[in-house]
Amino acid sequence: MGVDDFANWLRDLAKTLHENAAYLTELDSAIGDADHGSNMDRGFTAVVAVLDESSFESVDELLKKAGMTLVSKVGGASGPLYGTFFLRFGTALAGVEVTPASVGEALKAGVGGILARGKAELGDKTMYDAWAPALEAYDAAVAGGSDLAGALGAAAEAAAKGRDATTPLVARKGRASYLGERSAGHQDPGATSTTLLLESAARTLA
Amino acid sequence: MKKLINDPADVVSEALLGMEAAHPDRLRVDHENRIVYRKEAPRSGKVGLISGGGAGHEPMHGGFVGLGMLDAACAGEVFTSPVPDQMMAATKAVDAGAGVLHIVKNYTGDVMNFEMAAELAAADAGTEVLSVVTDDDVAVQDSLYTAGRRGVGVTVLLEKIVGAAAEEGRPLQEVADLAKRVNDNGRSMGMALTSCTVPAAGKPTFELAENEMEVGIGIHGEPGRHRLPLAPAKEIAAMLLDPVLGDLPYSKGDSVIAFMNGMGGTPLIELYLMYNEVAQLLDRAGITVARSLVGNYITSLEMAGCSITLLKVDDELVRLWDAPVNTPGLRWGA
Repeated sequence: MGVDDFANWLRDLAKTLHENAAYLTELDSAIGDADHGSNMDRGFTAVVAVLDESSFESVDELLKKAGMTLVSKVGGASGPLYGTFFLRFGTALAGVEVTPASVGEALKAGVGGILARGKAELGDKTMYDAWAPALEAYDAAVAGGSDLAGALGAAAEAAAKGRDATTPLVARKGRASYLGERSAGHQDPGATSTTLLLESAARTLA
Repeated sequence: MKKLINDPADVVSEALLGMEAAHPDRLRVDHENRIVYRKEAPRSGKVGLISGGGAGHEPMHGGFVGLGMLDAACAGEVFTSPVPDQMMAATKAVDAGAGVLHIVKNYTGDVMNFEMAAELAAADAGTEVLSVVTDDDVAVQDSLYTAGRRGVGVTVLLEKIVGAAAEEGRPLQEVADLAKRVNDNGRSMGMALTSCTVPAAGKPTFELAENEMEVGIGIHGEPGRHRLPLAPAKEIAAMLLDPVLGDLPYSKGDSVIAFMNGMGGTPLIELYLMYNEVAQLLDRAGITVARSLVGNYITSLEMAGCSITLLKVDDELVRLWDAPVNTPGLRWGA
């Protein structure tokens, strides 16, 4: 598991987000400002451009560059949140062998960055509602002896459940919170893109 | 989608090219970083004023760059906040040693990106940065458990008043305190008759039937708090003004700046008609209109609708409001 595998993940994620851009924007139209799909697509297109132009010595260097690119290109809330995730995720893997356990620690560090920036809690109807159950499922899978792909698969499945569970919630963070009670009945776009991220990781980091 | 565009991806960059071409005497534009600068910035001894946000709210903020208002404005994609790189470049460029004030509307993305930019500018160039976050929208309930209220119409009034204070050469802390005072004394509420269409999305953000309106909307085409049957202007004016008056206790004898703002798709004839209703309601409440502003100043693309902002003022704020301003979007006395 090395630089090329993580680069493949980012490429697969960019493709997935491009294919789902209209869907994410549709979800965002219902409770936000109709830009989540185009923003994620723009950000990860920029990440792929960086991958095409540069070569990376280490996994952490690659992931940190992806994070910086997202912060510099996306804007809105998703730029700082996903950008900070990749920065911290990469930093945690610096000088460390990629194992199910070290990736688990790195995921936690990344999500810690999201929480520090976004100050969201479970049940606020944000991407954290997908991340929180995903981290738990990942740890449980690793404790049960699962390999990286298996643990990421378990995390993706849990993220999807968390994503679905955002539908009835009333948003308390981000632009959806401005709708108050009217935000209930709609799936959160951020939890949806987080689920796509983990599904892509499970597919490619095998 | 029926718009005067080439490619949805190029809307913001091509609009900035046009803005620079239209106002060569007042503005220069850093196209790589999407920053609109006041031509003569930075000015020695003057606090730099920067704002920014998603595009689609024209003339805000680029149209308020110039004498007596902003030194720079950062444009994001349509309805998407700019990125820290832009804000940091603008911050360093307008700092003439007196420091920089960031004027930020309260949206999660804007707040996070400006915070990162302030940290970066301080670390990179030692620039002293203070910020004010506007949050005047009474349609949104403010509590510990939400992102707080949105920043809307009061941002325009704040940029004008604080711009005049910065022009006088006041120090950064004083300028920031004044900005906070303006925000604390302003309240707004908006409504929409139609949705806008974000170019990249290609279709209206929400659907409204002929006989419906959205009350409590923001400036990003996000749906409002309530969907109601369309009502006569008189009733809509009361529907917008009552919560504004009720939120900040304006009492009999108070003076305000009354700002009737169009969302981009409503003609002036309707805005003046609405202003007439608002002026009568204020008169009945015993509130004096010291100054007024009617027009499209903080918009939501082609959305039809309006918002009302009241800012409680004293003699000092009125004097700063009256000070000369020369920007593409607002100009008097200069």
